[in-house]
Amino acid sequence: MSARIGVVVFPGTNCEHDTVLAFERVGAAASLVWHTDERLDGFDALVLPGGFAHGDYLRPGAIARFSPVMGAVARFAAGGGPVLGICNGFQVLTEAGLLPGALVKNRGLRFVCAPARVRVDSDRSVLTARIEPGTELQIPVNHYSGSYVCDARTLAELRDAGRVVLRYVENPNGSVDDIAGITSPEGNVVGLMPHPERASDALVGSADGLPLLRAMVAAAAAVRAA
Amino acid sequence: MSTVPPSPEERPALHRALGLTDDELARIVEVLGRQPNELELALYGVMWSEHCSYKSSRRHLRRLPTAGDRVLVGPGENAGVIDAGDGIAVAIRIESHNHPSAIEPHQGAATGVGGILRDVFTMGARPLAVMDALFFGPPDDARQRWLVEGVVSGISSYGNSVGVPTVGGELTFDPCYAGNPLVNVLCLGALPVERLVLGRASGRGNLAVLLGSATGRDGIGGVSVLASAGFSGDAGDAKRPSVQVGDPFEEKRLIEACLALLDAGLVVGIQDLGGAGLACATSETAARGGVGMDVDVSSVPRREPGMVPWEVMTSESQERMLAIVTPEAWPAVEAVCRRWEVRASVVGTVSDGGEGEGRLRVRDAGAVVGEVPAASLALDAPVYDRPMRAPADLESLRADDPTTTEAPGDCGSELCSLLLDPSWVYRQYDHQLFLNTVVGPGGDAALLRLAGPGLPPSERGVAVTTDSAPRWCAVDPRLGVALVLAEAISNLACVGASPAAVVNCLNFGNPEHPEVMWQLSETVDGLADACRAFDLPVIGGNVSLYNETTGADISPTPVLGVLGLVERLRHRPPPPATSAGSTVVLLGARRAAGALGSVPGHPLAGSRWAVECRGRRHGTLPSLDLEAHARLTRLVASLVAEAVGETVGGTVAGAVGEAVGGGHGLLDGVHDVSGGGLAVALAEMAVAGGVGVEVRGIEGHAELFTELPSRVLVTTGRPGELLARAHAAGVPAEVLGTAGGDRLVVSGPASTLVDLSMAELSEAMAGSLAKRLEAA
Amino acid sequence: MRYAARVEVRLRPGIADPEGATIERALPALGFDDVREVRAGRSFRFEVDAEDEDGARRRAEELAHRLLANPVIEDSDVEVREAAPAGGSR
Repeated sequence: MSARIGVVVFPGTNCEHDTVLAFERVGAAASLVWHTDERLDGFDALVLPGGFAHGDYLRPGAIARFSPVMGAVARFAAGGGPVLGICNGFQVLTEAGLLPGALVKNRGLRFVCAPARVRVDSDRSVLTARIEPGTELQIPVNHYSGSYVCDARTLAELRDAGRVVLRYVENPNGSVDDIAGITSPEGNVVGLMPHPERASDALVGSADGLPLLRAMVAAAAAVRAA
Repeated sequence: MSTVPPSPEERPALHRALGLTDDELARIVEVLGRQPNELELALYGVMWSEHCSYKSSRRHLRRLPTAGDRVLVGPGENAGVIDAGDGIAVAIRIESHNHPSAIEPHQGAATGVGGILRDVFTMGARPLAVMDALFFGPPDDARQRWLVEGVVSGISSYGNSVGVPTVGGELTFDPCYAGNPLVNVLCLGALPVERLVLGRASGRGNLAVLLGSATGRDGIGGVSVLASAGFSGDAGDAKRPSVQVGDPFEEKRLIEACLALLDAGLVVGIQDLGGAGLACATSETAARGGVGMDVDVSSVPRREPGMVPWEVMTSESQERMLAIVTPEAWPAVEAVCRRWEVRASVVGTVSDGGEGEGRLRVRDAGAVVGEVPAASLALDAPVYDRPMRAPADLESLRADDPTTTEAPGDCGSELCSLLLDPSWVYRQYDHQLFLNTVVGPGGDAALLRLAGPGLPPSERGVAVTTDSAPRWCAVDPRLGVALVLAEAISNLACVGASPAAVVNCLNFGNPEHPEVMWQLSETVDGLADACRAFDLPVIGGNVSLYNETTGADISPTPVLGVLGLVERLRHRPPPPATSAGSTVVLLGARRAAGALGSVPGHPLAGSRWAVECRGRRHGTLPSLDLEAHARLTRLVASLVAEAVGETVGGTVAGAVGEAVGGGHGLLDGVHDVSGGGLAVALAEMAVAGGVGVEVRGIEGHAELFTELPSRVLVTTGRPGELLARAHAAGVPAEVLGTAGGDRLVVSGPASTLVDLSMAELSEAMAGSLAKRLEAA
Repeated sequence: MRYAARVEVRLRPGIADPEGATIERALPALGFDDVREVRAGRSFRFEVDAEDEDGARRRAEELAHRLLANPVIEDSDVEVREAAPAGGSR
């Protein structure tokens, strides 16, 4: 039976259907989870997709982190469950304290929607497991507040522990140390600004996101088997 | 009636302040059989405004063909709808938001996006793509840069946040727009055919439910009155209070809530609130359904204290919808709205038609404060036959032809000045949401998978393009608009699509100027004839008049949105790019038909080169051979469609498509020849492909820059086969040269016309717009 | 008692502030070449019911820390004063 992936929807989320479609393309069973749900039984992995939860008013993710579902997401993560935050989902995870640092306005003060070359820098996460570090992928970015910041000590920790999982080859937003994605110490919670679901079909530009999605599904399947 | 109408002496000029003429007031008195009170006068003022009633253009618009086999809904509803096959209908609408954008570009453009989305989801369609056609003065002064920056950021912040990708558009700079920019927004949506709904009320006792934002004073008389009067020099400050502010987060919840209501079959009819607010939504739904409506303004949630009934009825507060629901369905409607955190309030009830004469009755806490026949507001606005006259100097303008203007010393530098890279604009737009965008901004036309949440599965594709050419239409509005339609069809052909329907946004100057009405009439006739020739229905439109500044009218600017269909979309179409070793072939005639003696082979009237490089705006446009154009575009569309629909050499779209690259058709690259002529088309293909081109035997600068219609540039690895296909299709085709190397070299009969390195071309293109806009 | 609170939120020193930097770059052209250290921020106003001013300040600070500011990147300042009587300016 295929791995079951819950895709969390806040009011204002807009990439939920794309995320479901992309995970179905790699053989998972994906379904939507409404932000007021407090039980996440039966899911093997959770994804917080992109969009503008609560209109991104105040700060991206600042209001979504108080949604009832977030307590359950935190418990799921604490139990070792794979959790992926894409773009706005990454912003929610940092606001909720499930990942360190924050995402601030792009260096150019403009929204940027463009293909980005990223490099896998660590395979120690549910998103990058078994992908050769150094592999370059073309995955679109689509954000206004995608510039990753954190203090020096956090940055040192992330680097030393191999928790920077993706770096931009050409930095589109001013992120510190070209960071495009990071993971938790255990590797089960991952946030990234690029949209792997938008790189899941060569017909619309790139299929480079598929290895990442497959790694996530493999991690979910492992949870299921355990 | 509980209110005593004020006598005319008490408010001698109120109707005029509301934009109504003395004759219009007399007509209202005739309709009502009495003097209107202030509320009623306000309702007529907004509903009979140019913006809402089309009173100057309506008699002309009737000449457009609107019927077609695929048409499910034609003009007059919120959006046009066609049957795209596989149980999927496509809704499309284009609208202007010119005047609001001139005053507050960010909010003006943002609310333009919001309004067009509501028009589309009102039909039951999920909005899947936005395109915008933008027109500004040259971005060389601070005000124009402020306008461009504001409009683009407004579209970006609203469209991205609401979750509808902006997949293409147009960007034009011309001094005629310096005081009056144009912002035209097109939205395309799709729906399962059976979900199609119309904006009409029915069923006595049914409830009128207002959904969405609370009502404030913003935009009172805003869109309607604003869009119906030209700008005087100092209009900016005086009209600022009526600027509306958009809330994309509210709109996003409204879209989801409305589509959920429609999916569950909970609404009888639904209508968005746009220009003229509740007055328009209630009278239109009632008039279309042949019923009446009782509205109580005290039930309308307000954002501001102290609002009086006419303000509530005419407010243009954004992000609101009116749904007609049965009393039995109301609890379920409330539950759906609660889930999406959308406010829902019963504000009225449907009443009897009563001999087909439904009344719109406005109450305030029960007391009737106004009552008029609903249809008199919505359908019976006066229709004007405004005087029209061709410009007195038309003959001399057409005789002033730039074709024989002195040749440039250096075609290459003039070519570079014509290159424009709009990526500064579209990088700020999400153009990929829904995973449908096969060809996005920067292509000849946008090409999308026909897919989306809730749609039945389909292998089809839908293509859409917006096109305009004010420099052609200024010279000859009738032929100009036909050439614009021809170009749109070529653009669709370049992504493999056959045209299916047209929407138009007609942007003109002051209709009280007879020359402007002549331009409008000529445009309608030119568009009608061309649509008939190509067998295309016009399924919707919008007219924006009074685009003028201190008496100077803009060039006539019809913007066409043309929808095309692709039967099977499995591969990406050949790009508008060169590839090393390919042969460069021009499909279509190299010279104007009948080019002999006094008829020049390469006319330059209306070309970007003549207008932008030489400041020559007049002359006689090249003619359009409708038959030849149809043959060319059918050939190109079928060559490309063969590649995108090919069964072998890739996996099926929708499955995991790691191997789905370009198809294996006859073409390696394809690009429409339009603004800037062959020179710009060659340069754009070279830059996009990163491979140079060498072209020989070009007859001079006129052949390089002419915008002679019906020509498509292609590259192929099998030129013999391609020429045979063209010959069989009755399409002229000629090998111009080959792609390769790292220079664009064009040689003429005696000398080299262009010799530029790829680096020079890329440099000219890449920074062109960003540099001008970001120059502080 | 009802108190009016104003919370100012701005990026912490050391966090890049492209908005402030952009404004600062534009200043010399406007004749403000004597202005330095521009930092962009935002301010929030609200009213709070409390026993006394200290109580109102504590609630406002709590709100600022939990929601209005992200302490990873932002600092906040809180000002509290007695609110104008009902119907006063907004």
